Amino acid sequence: MNEPLYAAIWRGKTNGSFSTYEVPRHESQTVLDVVTYVQRHLDPTLAYRFACRVGMCGSCAMSVNGTPRWTCRTHVAKVVRGNTVRIAPLAHLPIIRDLVTDMREFFDKWTRAKGDFVGTRTRRDDFARVAPNSPERTAADAGVECIGCGVCYAACDVVGWRADFLGPAALNRAWTLVNDARDVGGRIRLRAVAGDAGCHACHTQGSCTQWCPKQLAPTAAIAGLKRATAKAAVRGEL
Amino acid sequence: MRNVGAHGHPAWWAFVAHRISGLLLAIFLPLHFWALGTALSGAAALDAFLHFAEQPVVKFAQWCLVVLLVVHLTGGVRLLLVEFRPWSGLRKDWIAGTLGMAAMIGLVYALALIV
Repeated sequence: MNEPLYAAIWRGKTNGSFSTYEVPRHESQTVLDVVTYVQRHLDPTLAYRFACRVGMCGSCAMSVNGTPRWTCRTHVAKVVRGNTVRIAPLAHLPIIRDLVTDMREFFDKWTRAKGDFVGTRTRRDDFARVAPNSPERTAADAGVECIGCGVCYAACDVVGWRADFLGPAALNRAWTLVNDARDVGGRIRLRAVAGDAGCHACHTQGSCTQWCPKQLAPTAAIAGLKRATAKAAVRGEL
Repeated sequence: MRNVGAHGHPAWWAFVAHRISGLLLAIFLPLHFWALGTALSGAAALDAFLHFAEQPVVKFAQWCLVVLLVVHLTGGVRLLLVEFRPWSGLRKDWIAGTLGMAAMIGLVYALALIV
């Protein structure tokens, strides 16, 4: 623990470079602690994002030694190589400055995948009754805890290969709504995710599922969309 | 490459193995049909090819093809299971199974070639 830690942190925009900072080691230190130490004590011009520090808000995801991770819940001890840790902005997103990426495209794709709930009930109607153990409810439950951190999006090779691919998070959201008994936007949503940039572009590499900090399985959600869109196409409903 | 560390997990390697075995098998297929096609030019032409195929290096290439075929076949079954069954997870047990099958069939075929 007395050994110092060397944090190589990305500075600048796309044409930036890594700057190395010496940071004191602590027990149970997180990568976010390291970044915060650098900004508070060594260089106040360092730009990065965080909010809750407890793995709820999804704003502190960064590339740590090349792997996308939520930095507030990633212990240095788990990822350090020798005494160095390399911290960069998330991949597949434009860099605004230092560790801050422009996440507009990531969230626009949720809209493009029709990730908004379309209901018919008003406040004067009774609650919808959804059996808690129905297959649809179970499938929706499996994906609904997404915090929108962008780790899956940065991990996915297909997102890097084709810029218009909707990506694991948006497709995972679409799948939860396909399984939402109250939602009536199903056909438009399936049409939105059935195109070249949608679920069928996925190569089942599984990096999204491997690295999702909430242990969700977007790979399974995308497979579900592949089945649902194929079924709808056969029935002529697409 | 800001996401190079996102690679290297079993499901990603399964993708790489599936893609490479698929490409190599696709390159092999026209050669295979050409070899069979020599029979159209008479028995002598096919026999000449079969004699050529007796060389150790061709035998080894044959062994590689059998292993590639097993990798692609069992890897393909895993993909079908991931895509068509309502399961979560990456079916890593099938990745292990693919390796096991490839090793087993590879050894059996090697034995058949040697004995």
